[in-house]
Amino acid sequence: MKHEQNHTTPMRYGMAIDLDKCTGCGACMTACMAENNVPFKEDESDKLVSITWMRIFELNNGKAFPDTDICYLPRPCQHCEGHGGHSPCVSVCPATATDYSQETGIVSQIYTRCFGCRYCMGACPYHARYFNWWDPVWPDGMEKYLSPNVSVRMRGVVEKCSFCFHRYQLAKNQVYLDGERKVPEADYQTACTQACPAGAIVFGDLNNPEHQVHQIVKPDSENGNKSRNPRAFRLLERLGTNTKVYYLSNREWVRRAGDNYLAHEKTGQVSKPHH
Amino acid sequence: MFPFSFEWLWDAGHIVFHGGLWYALNIIGIGMTYCIIKAVIDTSKGKGGHGHH
Amino acid sequence: MDTALIPKGVKRCPMWQFLLGLGIVGAVLLWGVYAMLLCWFKGLNQTNMNDYYGFALWIWADLAVIALGGGAFFSGLLRYIIGKDELKHIINYAVLIGFICYSSALLILAIDIGQPLRGWFIFWHANVHSMLTEVAFCLSCYFAVLTIEYIPLILENRQLDKVPFFHNLSHNMHEIMAVFAATGAFLSFFHQGSLGGVAGVLFGRPFAFREGLLIWPWTFFLFTWSAAAYGPCFTLLITWITEKVTRKKLVKDNVIELLAKISGWMIFTYTIAKICDTTRWANITAPGLGQNLADFYTGNAFYGYWILFAEIVLGGVVPAIILISAGLRKHPTWRVVAFFLGVMGVSLNRWVMVLQVMAVPILPFDTWALYYPSWQEVATTLLPVAYGIILIMISYRYLPIFPQEAELNPIEEETSTAVEAHTKSAPDLEPAKA
Repeated sequence: MKHEQNHTTPMRYGMAIDLDKCTGCGACMTACMAENNVPFKEDESDKLVSITWMRIFELNNGKAFPDTDICYLPRPCQHCEGHGGHSPCVSVCPATATDYSQETGIVSQIYTRCFGCRYCMGACPYHARYFNWWDPVWPDGMEKYLSPNVSVRMRGVVEKCSFCFHRYQLAKNQVYLDGERKVPEADYQTACTQACPAGAIVFGDLNNPEHQVHQIVKPDSENGNKSRNPRAFRLLERLGTNTKVYYLSNREWVRRAGDNYLAHEKTGQVSKPHH
Repeated sequence: MFPFSFEWLWDAGHIVFHGGLWYALNIIGIGMTYCIIKAVIDTSKGKGGHGHH
Repeated sequence: MDTALIPKGVKRCPMWQFLLGLGIVGAVLLWGVYAMLLCWFKGLNQTNMNDYYGFALWIWADLAVIALGGGAFFSGLLRYIIGKDELKHIINYAVLIGFICYSSALLILAIDIGQPLRGWFIFWHANVHSMLTEVAFCLSCYFAVLTIEYIPLILENRQLDKVPFFHNLSHNMHEIMAVFAATGAFLSFFHQGSLGGVAGVLFGRPFAFREGLLIWPWTFFLFTWSAAAYGPCFTLLITWITEKVTRKKLVKDNVIELLAKISGWMIFTYTIAKICDTTRWANITAPGLGQNLADFYTGNAFYGYWILFAEIVLGGVVPAIILISAGLRKHPTWRVVAFFLGVMGVSLNRWVMVLQVMAVPILPFDTWALYYPSWQEVATTLLPVAYGIILIMISYRYLPIFPQEAELNPIEEETSTAVEAHTKSAPDLEPAKA
């Protein structure tokens, strides 16, 4: 396997989410929960202890009617690359329970390795990491509907979006059987991407010019993978997290809401991070 | 923690970190071993007991 | 009843009084143990922590007790390496307080992790790039050093000391204590620093993030420095409290004043460094990441500019000035005020570097997350306090913690001597040890 990897260009799986298309319907959240056996409780009203690998934030422009405008922002794990795989969470995990894959660019979580210190949660500025405060309990009979491809998580460990990594593994097995070398774009798509009725989410390999996500984002590898698309931005780009989830919007206020700016700074023009 | 665990790498980070750790552990271990062995020898020579330090 | 165990030449309260005290503190301890068992058996849903507050009261308590327990390594460094010989009269107590602080920290960590039975993974699957790994390793090793420093004290109990092997072991350990103290200082430098690094490396959180030297953010050095500065303050504050409770003078003023003066200068230099760090962070680091001070200190119900003032001025500048000016330092009331402010200042710093870090919103469309602990968290945080009081009570009663106690509180005479202490005669006790 290692030999094979050495001869393959590393992939950087990522997303482009068009916020002007997103209606905030929540299909991506639902699909994600079903696909990944995400546990839930009887009372999910306290969102601070509610596990949502994919979460939709509602943004507004802060203006009164009739100028008011809203935007729904789906937030999966951003699969930060940081500088050379030095993502905020991977670098702090004391037990090597989370890892940045140089092969796929996916930040993994090893549930059986995690001992629940929650340092990664503190490190993640996107709040994409969730702790299992309770043991998962499924309503009677529902355990039969769980996906056999995704392990359920026990109490006391951290979990997060994996870009449906099990689908990548299945697709990879299939390509191997078919005698191919690369996973075709259509063979590996995340559950949220497929569930989105508006087609707002595009998923694929950011390094592969044939993939739609690359064509939309046009990442500039010379400039920290910043997008060349004027509609595109990444969340908290100036922190240097170097995420692989890109957002698109024609609305300036939406693009500005993606990062912290001082009053005099122009949207999209940010200084380089210090580290 | 040990070179035989699969995530072990022979890189600068591991060498410096574990070098420091094993250095400290060895000092603690050797120091205590010395104290205990010397105490056994001293006791067998009849040193100690009450009244004198 | 237990006269044979009590050190020679000193008087202790009657057994019933001792047991009553133990009983009262023991009740708090049991309450804490009950909460601890709830957390272990039912899980961390017993706390008020949430996905925004992964680190909360416990991690603050951990950081605070480790900073306050820093008195042990710094006093050890001054006594054994730098050669401040007077400090031998307070080093035992500094070691005991350090031992309590570090064992408490380890206990709290064992409650704090979601899968306590996997706690050893931090050693086994160590990620050498994580500050927390360095903390775990150095903290455990340093706890071993503190145990080694505490053992000879236990062996000096009157009855244990009669056993020749124990007497010899204790003697030998004293002989090479400088080696252990040096190792302890080495380990302390790294784990105190790494605790600072825990927040400082969070480049996703502009409130916590700091630039630094090589792999170490500035908070690494500030934490080591502040532990060395404020740790002795805590040792001295606890010594003062012990003197009040026992109604005895236990350590001579020249010893207290020496440690207070060193602590004062350390706090003074630390505070200058902290002001420089804060200025740079507020003017360069945070604005470079798109945030300014108003983002961190306004827009919420609790964290205001007052906390910055309380930490740096009340907890830094004021105690530093009191402790470095001879007149104020020699004044018992001012001195204790300085100890108290110092302990408050360093605890507040740890609070800010844990809880405020979690509270400040980072995503522009997110809001402040405030938190208050559950009773289980409070009880498990008081548990080590109760345990510490009990260990001090037992150690004080049966071990020669304060070498100057017998001299300062002679028991042969009915009336007290020149010292301020308040003592009563105890004719049934043997004369003081030579």
